[in-house]
Amino acid sequence: MVEITDVVCSLCGCVCDDIVVEVEDNKVTKVKKGACSVGKSKLMGHGRIESPAIRDNGTLKNCSYDDAIKKAAEILAAARRPLLYGWSSTVCEADKVGVELAEEIGAVIDNTASVCHGPSVLAIQDVGLPSCTLGQVKNRADLVIYWGANPAAAHANHMKRYSYISKGYWTEEGKKNKKLVVVDVRRTATAKMADVFLQIEQGKDYLVFSALRAMLLGYEDVVPEEVGGISKKDLLETVRMMKEAKFGMIFFGMGATHTRGRHNNVVNAIQTTRAAHTHTKFSIMPMRGHYNVAGINQVCTWETGFPFAVDLSRGYAWYNPGETSSTDLLVRRECDAALFIATDPGAHFPGESIRHLSKIPVIQIDPFPNPTTEFADVVIPCAISGVEAEGNVYRMDNIPIRLRKLVDTEYMADEEIMKGILEEVRAIKEKEGE
Amino acid sequence: MVEGELLIRNGVVYDPINGVNGEKKDISIRDGKVVEEVTNPKVIDAEGRVVMPGGVDIHSHIAGGKVNAGRLFRPEDGRKGRETKTKVCRAQSGYSVPNTFATGYRYAKMGYTFVMEAAMPPLAARHTHEEMVDIPILDNAAMPLIDNNWMTMEYVKSGDTDLLAAYIAWMIKATKGYGVKVVNPGGTEAWAWAKNCDINDAVPYFDVTPAEIVKGLAEATEKFEMPHSIHVHGNMLGHPGNFETTLATYDLVKGIKPYRNRPTMHATHTQFHSYGGTSWRDFESKAGAIADYVNKNEHLSIDLGSIILGDTTTMTADGPMEYSLYQITGRKWTNHDVELETGSGITPFLYSGKSPVNTIQWAIGQELALLVKDPWKLALTTDHPNAGPFIGYPIIISMLMSKRRRDESAEDMHKVIFDRAEYSSIDREYDLNEIAIITRGMAAKTLGLHEHGKGHLGVGADGDVAIYDISPEERDAGKIQKAFLNTKYTIKGGEVVVKDGEVVATPAGRTIFVTPECDDKLTEEMMVKLKDKFDHYYSVTFNNYPVQDAYLPNPYEIKAPWRS
Ligand code: SF4
Ligand SMILES: [Zn+2]
Repeated sequence: MVEITDVVCSLCGCVCDDIVVEVEDNKVTKVKKGACSVGKSKLMGHGRIESPAIRDNGTLKNCSYDDAIKKAAEILAAARRPLLYGWSSTVCEADKVGVELAEEIGAVIDNTASVCHGPSVLAIQDVGLPSCTLGQVKNRADLVIYWGANPAAAHANHMKRYSYISKGYWTEEGKKNKKLVVVDVRRTATAKMADVFLQIEQGKDYLVFSALRAMLLGYEDVVPEEVGGISKKDLLETVRMMKEAKFGMIFFGMGATHTRGRHNNVVNAIQTTRAAHTHTKFSIMPMRGHYNVAGINQVCTWETGFPFAVDLSRGYAWYNPGETSSTDLLVRRECDAALFIATDPGAHFPGESIRHLSKIPVIQIDPFPNPTTEFADVVIPCAISGVEAEGNVYRMDNIPIRLRKLVDTEYMADEEIMKGILEEVRAIKEKEGE
Repeated sequence: MVEGELLIRNGVVYDPINGVNGEKKDISIRDGKVVEEVTNPKVIDAEGRVVMPGGVDIHSHIAGGKVNAGRLFRPEDGRKGRETKTKVCRAQSGYSVPNTFATGYRYAKMGYTFVMEAAMPPLAARHTHEEMVDIPILDNAAMPLIDNNWMTMEYVKSGDTDLLAAYIAWMIKATKGYGVKVVNPGGTEAWAWAKNCDINDAVPYFDVTPAEIVKGLAEATEKFEMPHSIHVHGNMLGHPGNFETTLATYDLVKGIKPYRNRPTMHATHTQFHSYGGTSWRDFESKAGAIADYVNKNEHLSIDLGSIILGDTTTMTADGPMEYSLYQITGRKWTNHDVELETGSGITPFLYSGKSPVNTIQWAIGQELALLVKDPWKLALTTDHPNAGPFIGYPIIISMLMSKRRRDESAEDMHKVIFDRAEYSSIDREYDLNEIAIITRGMAAKTLGLHEHGKGHLGVGADGDVAIYDISPEERDAGKIQKAFLNTKYTIKGGEVVVKDGEVVATPAGRTIFVTPECDDKLTEEMMVKLKDKFDHYYSVTFNNYPVQDAYLPNPYEIKAPWRS
């Protein structure tokens, strides 16, 4: 038995990196400390895709890695409008090969931000993002606001490691000298811990941000007695807390990005932060879901200039979310082949998109079977990044951390698989005398 | 580096480090290095064209968190520089914030082969390195920010210079960095509470002043045989009347002895620090006062931070400065404060010749170059992309070489240029040798890279050569500008990477890093304090913090022993 410390969890955007595990006979046998229950179960491992496989007459038939990679390359090289999607739950090294492959075959490369914090990216492109690292919040924040986010369920260690419950330099006593405000439509587990819970009406985020912002800028008089289900008195109290804080922090989640208003909500959230910043230090951060969704946005941006929904069919990067985002592309039935890596469109894409996917060749790269496996034509299992393979990821605050390899595996890593496909595609194109 | 021999014949060579000033001379390269002679080479006939060593940029923001945040929030900039992928080149995008591939290609086309990334937040150092790996052709290095760090301020306060030295040694090693970068010392920590500091203000909670931080870091740096001095962006950048703070900053390190014959401080993007007046209304150039100081003192080097007119993306670890800029323009603003270490701000900015303030700024950058007498004391930069993108260098070169071009340009600027700047009264014109100094020789020497093959063409130097498509007699400013934008040939490590202004090969660059060698005892003592910071305040563990070797596929190490 060996103990491994400083293990990094490859599940959610918290990227906890102080986990201790025990490894015996090349298996993680115990997670001793640091991980939440979902993180723990990922580290301990569960049902895997056993072998590469190619669909033949409706059923998946096991094959070698070589054959699966060759088949994937053939599909992609022959496609006129391929889509390469996912990338948020794998490492940056694989993402980089993905961008290169997209250039090679003139594909659209898109990532899960497209269906989660895409609206946040659009908002940032409009107004910017006054933010900070999570350790900044840990050491300084005396007011934490979660808006449309329920970390108690979705980012279990977030409050403990970085925000409301954590202890830092000016926050030695943890939550004792901090205030927690939660804004949500439901009384979530996080809301139950809050000093102030603003239970807003569904779809009224924009109005409530506007009211707070008006008050922060000194236009209290224009705010009516009730906004989005919240009394003016409660709004004023929240604004008082914001102004009196030494360091305020807003974390927002899908509750803000995926209700009526979408990216406009986020623009307004950022403007509210800027308004608060005229009184005291205030910052804001999206609660990124997958452990490396921030990373694929980074890689895609430094390599192509744009963070998601990048169309390379012209030979240069064309970025136009709404046109070049995957669900739009699929709804228009434009793609004629798709590669999904470390993601499950079968579970997350709208029905119309799935119907089109069932008609075109689909390649899946994933350690685990999921609904996409049901209709994929080529299935390529891979090593679990952070357990069986190392690599770089970006935490939700864009801090890069290196995943560790804990055990050996026969499975190929995502990066190797992607490189294999790229090489095969190049070989095919060379043969075609391109 | 490629194997084989190359001979560059009949060029007119400007190699100021070796005292070669416009001599007709052949350059021989074998296996990537300059040699005495070659026997069976591939020949490039330079036919009387201007030949210089590969360019060396001492200060540019090309990789890392804030550069990428700039790209991410400015798709409108990304759309500007789009170029289609070719057999050799990846797809390109961006103007003021080009993607990594375009960054490499465009620098190489200007004849540059080394660029220093000027600001690496230590906690995000992996990010800087990941991007540098993706910048083709250029050799590179990066300077970690070590001035607003709690450890630094605590040691400055207690006066433990040796322990401070142990700390900076650890940081430079942990980040695979090159030297000590200072950006608004104390002010960026204050910005974590939405405040700022001038040079003699106490930093909130830490009870030290920026002046003490700068002095402490200079003393600690000189404990080692560091190739480069501290690299300083002082307090009050961009504020009217800041030249006094600037001069006071320069004076801080005057008595400190450098380990070798180089300055004890490199003061960067001096244009932004040479402002007179009490507000934007009576804003004026103080380039004269700054140049005077530089002329009279030997402990200091500067780079210009000269303005390129047009739209750009400003970015710096000086968070409060970016906030003031955003308040002036009302445009978008990104901020990213980094725990225990530093911060950063980013906002777009338009430099307009119609604006009196921008006009003065524009004049100051060039005035500095013209008023500092010894070109070995200054390097050409635009603090890319802060004063403008690096692809504007050829514009500045043509300005410095042509009084006529300056006079014509001044006519298009706001009329304040004639009464609140010295600009139009300066007659000096640079020659090609001086241009070679401020674009390669000086930077290589100041960074200590001339000892590692950069910035010159002596035997043993890297086979990095730029051949410009002009004769030494050329006086036409437009032709000079064009020639410096796209070389006839750029050769990197003996390999032709640019031919007739087109990129023809994209070898990977090397990352150069410094290893300061510190006494084990001191390191151990320092480590107790450092580990406490990780145990209680950092959000990343001590063991996960240092940059792993995997991030430097082509490393080049420079050792910096402790000075006994
Ligand atoms: S909070 Fe997220 S990163 Fe941390 S252990 Fe749980 S799942 Fe993993
Ligand atoms: Zn700079």
